[in-house]
Amino acid sequence: MTDLAAPPTTTPSPAGPHVESASATRARRRGEIVRHTGLILFGLLMLYPLIWMAVSAFKPSHLVLTDPGLIPTELTLDNFRAGWRVAGYPFVVFFGNSLVLAVSCIVGNLVSCSLTAYALARMNFRARKLYFGIVLVSVMLPMHATLIPQYIVFSELDMVNTFVPLVLPKFLATDAFFVFLMIQFIRGIPRELDQAAWLDGAGPFRVFWHVILPLMRPALVTTTIFTFIWTWNDFFGQLIYLTEAPVYTVPVALNALVDSQSAQGTGTLMAMSVLSLVPILCFFAFAQKHLIRGISTTGLK
Amino acid sequence: MTLTPIRPATPAETPVPRRARRRALGRQDGVAHLFMAPWLVGLVAITLIPMLASLYLSFTDYNILSAPTFVGAENYERMLDDSRFWASARVTLVYVLVSVPLQLAFALGLALVLDKGLRGLPVYRSAYYLPSLLGTSVAVAVLWRQIFGHDGLVNQALGFFGIEGTNWLQNPSTALSTLIVLNVWTFGSPMVIFLAGLRQLPEELYEAARVDGASVVRQFASITVPLLTPIIFFNLILQTIGSFQAFTQAHVVSGGTGGPVDSTLFYTLYIYQQAFVNFDMGYASALAWVLLGVIAVITAGHFLLSRYWVFYGDSDD
Repeated sequence: MTDLAAPPTTTPSPAGPHVESASATRARRRGEIVRHTGLILFGLLMLYPLIWMAVSAFKPSHLVLTDPGLIPTELTLDNFRAGWRVAGYPFVVFFGNSLVLAVSCIVGNLVSCSLTAYALARMNFRARKLYFGIVLVSVMLPMHATLIPQYIVFSELDMVNTFVPLVLPKFLATDAFFVFLMIQFIRGIPRELDQAAWLDGAGPFRVFWHVILPLMRPALVTTTIFTFIWTWNDFFGQLIYLTEAPVYTVPVALNALVDSQSAQGTGTLMAMSVLSLVPILCFFAFAQKHLIRGISTTGLK
Repeated sequence: MTLTPIRPATPAETPVPRRARRRALGRQDGVAHLFMAPWLVGLVAITLIPMLASLYLSFTDYNILSAPTFVGAENYERMLDDSRFWASARVTLVYVLVSVPLQLAFALGLALVLDKGLRGLPVYRSAYYLPSLLGTSVAVAVLWRQIFGHDGLVNQALGFFGIEGTNWLQNPSTALSTLIVLNVWTFGSPMVIFLAGLRQLPEELYEAARVDGASVVRQFASITVPLLTPIIFFNLILQTIGSFQAFTQAHVVSGGTGGPVDSTLFYTLYIYQQAFVNFDMGYASALAWVLLGVIAVITAGHFLLSRYWVFYGDSDD
């Protein structure tokens, strides 16, 4: 299935002459066409559900299930109008909530994880190895192990239906993945840079603020992107802590829409689903390069 | 343990004047703990204490309204006779064992096709990655409900070929497979990791192999696969742990019930039902600890077994 023959421009065949015969060129070109055709067809198959969802959002409800084609015969915004109010609130409220939550989580992760990572990557202190080990293990720790007592405490403190239970952990660097990512990144920064600052008499905080933090910008960007996407997509935590409509975030509101209107049009559900994905798609469009690089180097999802 | 097999080693350090070195290398216990204060507080207050509390609760009967009463190992014994517990364990295991290998096979296969100087690579990569980006959202789960519904896209496509489809989500023998398809569909993120790994394989090895007359298949089996094992291992761990904790899809597709007949009752969904629908916090804590134990054992097992099949070369470990 794989084409391991390297392109002739970079690696000429060591045995034969450097010029390919005409028939070999033709065979190679045919191979390329087959490969591209296959990849495009497979890509369309993969993306078909998403495209169908986007098109369905603009179809009149009665056509959504009867007309599977991608080119709509009638366009309408009725679906968006029908789905706009969930549990008595306009959808824009939930967008606002999701946005506030995502931005708070981003700030929390950036501040707490970078401070922790700097200490673990650059400072010399007892238990450093132990702490690093704990960071590694907590990357793999399922949230369910701590979920129930956390919920009990937050509900005792009357914080259910606030964003505190979802945001506070981010300010306490509990997303170990990002701590780990930043440690790895800081280790790649040449030590001479912070040592020069040491020589000039800068204290640890100034080294962190003026030397390390500006240099670790790619890691901070990656953290921002993934925190946004994870928070926007997260459902479990938000489902548990946000039970009243005014504090619903987009996923919780969408879920409420499914529950309340499963009898109502598919078009409506598709419209609101599409709308809920728009911020992520925008983020993807703008931050694509960072995103791919982030996954390549760290394996974040 | 190497969590980032792709990263290059840190550059060598150069000597610096002794005074600075002494300051830089001297112990910084106080300052370091100051920097790590948020993490340390989080570690104790958000992770360690709740973990221990959850372990304690798992030995109690607790419904939030009245104080927990200690019941010994009763919750764990109860699991043995709890058919829904076994159903959820079975559903989750099938889900992980089927979808993770399939997902990784697709990821590796496409990474291989996309590798090696393909024109338009960034476009293909983004297109194939898109499902991974959206796959865990409620919106896509809602979409899945429609696609596999009675009048859904899949049945329309089957109808086109004259095949009578079933109601995939209402049928206990097919409901889980729709979720497996969903998980396999998100092969984009391991694929991107594979692509990054493939780019690091030394071209000289392939040249040498070609000189020796090794076939394409032989090159794949003797060069690509062995050199890629650290990344296969990395993806395997990541996807296995992630799939054990899948929740959103099952919750949305089954309307929170795990039905039909518990056929989509993911383990995390069962924990959710016990904790936040039945408010049986003691039993839910016990379930959570069993999950923790299983994930720990499986991860440790992966690391132990990795010695026999993961090849780290002689470079930097």
